[in-house]
Amino acid sequence: MQLNEFLILAAFLFCTGAYGVLARRNGVLVLMSIELMLNAVNINLVAFSAFTKNVSGQIFALFIITIAAAEVGVGLAIVLLIYRNLHSPDLDEVDQLKG
Amino acid sequence: MTRLANPFPGGDPLFNHGLDLTVIGFVIVKTLIVFGLLLVSVLLYIWFMRKVIADMQNRIGPDQAGPFGILQTLADGIKLFFKEHSTPARADRPVYLLAPFVSALAAFLAFAIVPFGGIARLGTHTTFLQLADPPVGVLWLLAMSGIGVYGVMLAGWSSGSKYPLLGSVRASAQVLSYEAAMGLSIVGVLVHTGTLSTRGIVLQQTWQNWHSFVSQWLWLPAIGAFVIFLIAATAETNHPPFDFSEAEEELAGGYHIEYGGIRFAIFYLAEFMNMITMSAIAVTLFLGGPSGPKLGFLNQGGWVNVWIVPVFWFLLKLWVVLYATVWLRASLPRLRYDLLMDLGWKVLIEAAFLWAMVTGVIVVGQDQHWNLWIVTPAAAVAALLVYGFLMMCVPGKRELEDIR
Amino acid sequence: MWEQQVAFWVLAVAMAAAAIGVVRSRNIVHAALFLVVVLAGAAAQYILLAAEFVAWVQVLIYIGAVVVLFLFGIMLTRAPMHDDAGALDNDQRWGGLVVALFVLGVLIALLVNAFGGKKIHFSNALVSLGRTSHVGTDIFRVFVVPFEVVSMLLLAALVGAVVLARKD
Repeated sequence: MQLNEFLILAAFLFCTGAYGVLARRNGVLVLMSIELMLNAVNINLVAFSAFTKNVSGQIFALFIITIAAAEVGVGLAIVLLIYRNLHSPDLDEVDQLKG
Repeated sequence: MTRLANPFPGGDPLFNHGLDLTVIGFVIVKTLIVFGLLLVSVLLYIWFMRKVIADMQNRIGPDQAGPFGILQTLADGIKLFFKEHSTPARADRPVYLLAPFVSALAAFLAFAIVPFGGIARLGTHTTFLQLADPPVGVLWLLAMSGIGVYGVMLAGWSSGSKYPLLGSVRASAQVLSYEAAMGLSIVGVLVHTGTLSTRGIVLQQTWQNWHSFVSQWLWLPAIGAFVIFLIAATAETNHPPFDFSEAEEELAGGYHIEYGGIRFAIFYLAEFMNMITMSAIAVTLFLGGPSGPKLGFLNQGGWVNVWIVPVFWFLLKLWVVLYATVWLRASLPRLRYDLLMDLGWKVLIEAAFLWAMVTGVIVVGQDQHWNLWIVTPAAAVAALLVYGFLMMCVPGKRELEDIR
Repeated sequence: MWEQQVAFWVLAVAMAAAAIGVVRSRNIVHAALFLVVVLAGAAAQYILLAAEFVAWVQVLIYIGAVVVLFLFGIMLTRAPMHDDAGALDNDQRWGGLVVALFVLGVLIALLVNAFGGKKIHFSNALVSLGRTSHVGTDIFRVFVVPFEVVSMLLLAALVGAVVLARKD
């Protein structure tokens, strides 16, 4: 199989995730879009691991999965805190520091 | 325990000669058999549970449908099947319809990796008596129990009402918390057996003589993991005394309150399928699965000893474990929710971590031929000391109030 | 070989459609379910690439824990049950679209230039590469320091999440 098939799929997922991060205002949805981007990276890593016949790519993918879990835990705690203080999960309303 | 050589390093020998129509036929027939086995087990289990609880409470229990009321569950199922379907007006329809099937599918798929017998030879083909033997079997089990949460979660959310939502949030928090403890307890087994495949784990626990009961079967070498696994699995399946997702006094039935007819029946089925799967996994991981003494007066390689006896041992062990679950249901009252979370996060996870370390000591001790009767208790005592120290560091209720 | 090709394209189309669902869905729980489809598709792609262990870890961690956590977050922040057109998006929608399309174009041009015609060769060596024993050996021999660092990070995240989410 072509290596590029996997890489272009990953590029598409990454750009979809980037769009989501820019266009969504709900905190949970922004975190979901970040997951899309992380997954695109994972697909790249595993595809290169198969291409170069080197297991390091898969291990990096495992590390990314772990870090994504940690990121979601902290991220959701932050969204929860925003919700508790502002009574809304909208990130656009977090603008108290604006002059 | 001593490590045994795996006679099937390539997994299920059915696929050794490539894939053709006969092999696909075998797989289809095995799927049907496993599904049938699970369904019949559920039907029998519900009847068995009602009868045993009735006995414990000096009642008669179901006795009308069939001999000893054995067809009662079937009758209930048929009645539910013909009931009217209704969808709440505020429900999210596609998700509402999907949720019961997610529950049942995850429960069935988890059962697929359970080895329920030895090896079957039919014509030129040889196959394991188990639906699938992926090299990552235990990961598959954990993944499926994770997917099972979706059924509960989506059912609660899509019903569009408060009580199911509360029930499903509770249930998902509970399952997530206890999955950590369960995964960590399984680590003990994996370190002993050195494989993730369920067939490999069972082959490590092959019966050789009466000594294998305590040395090869992992319930004793991994006794800490066994206890943690049983508690975590009980919580994971929402079985009493941990049935918070239902909690009829508080939540009026929990996540499936808005479901009726056949969809309710599917939830009910999935719940009991989960239970039977978890019991079967406990049998596989800790009680040797289908291994057990063969009938000495018959030919060791004959069809009775190769086919029937392993299946018999598996079913016997399974029903002993299932009886224990009924016993739990009949005798223990439900915990308080904060106590449940305390137990999961503050007791079981630490205990599972410490037991994983003790397992390391035991396995190294076996490799180095140390005296295990000294090493194991010493390691356990050291682990308990560490645990006690950790517990001393946790501030008590009074101290917490002082800090505030 | 063509079976892999067909499987890849079926999965790829499903994943792409579901990814668009994640960022365009008007119902937040449906968006989470679309995310499940993308993640499951990615796991299937790993299996196509013979990375079995990573694939099941993906299902276990992402689908079994991360998305459940998302659903949990959705329910705790009391998201509206019904489709709500304006509430989930902000007014950077068109700007975001332009950025995403631009990045996609640049990436595709770059990839075609750099890796056009390069092929992944499947062999038994590749299959044994993704086996649990192989991955495990490499983690604990070559990558043991990053492994320890990641476990510290997880602990820090755990403590941090508890501190952030506490009521008092």
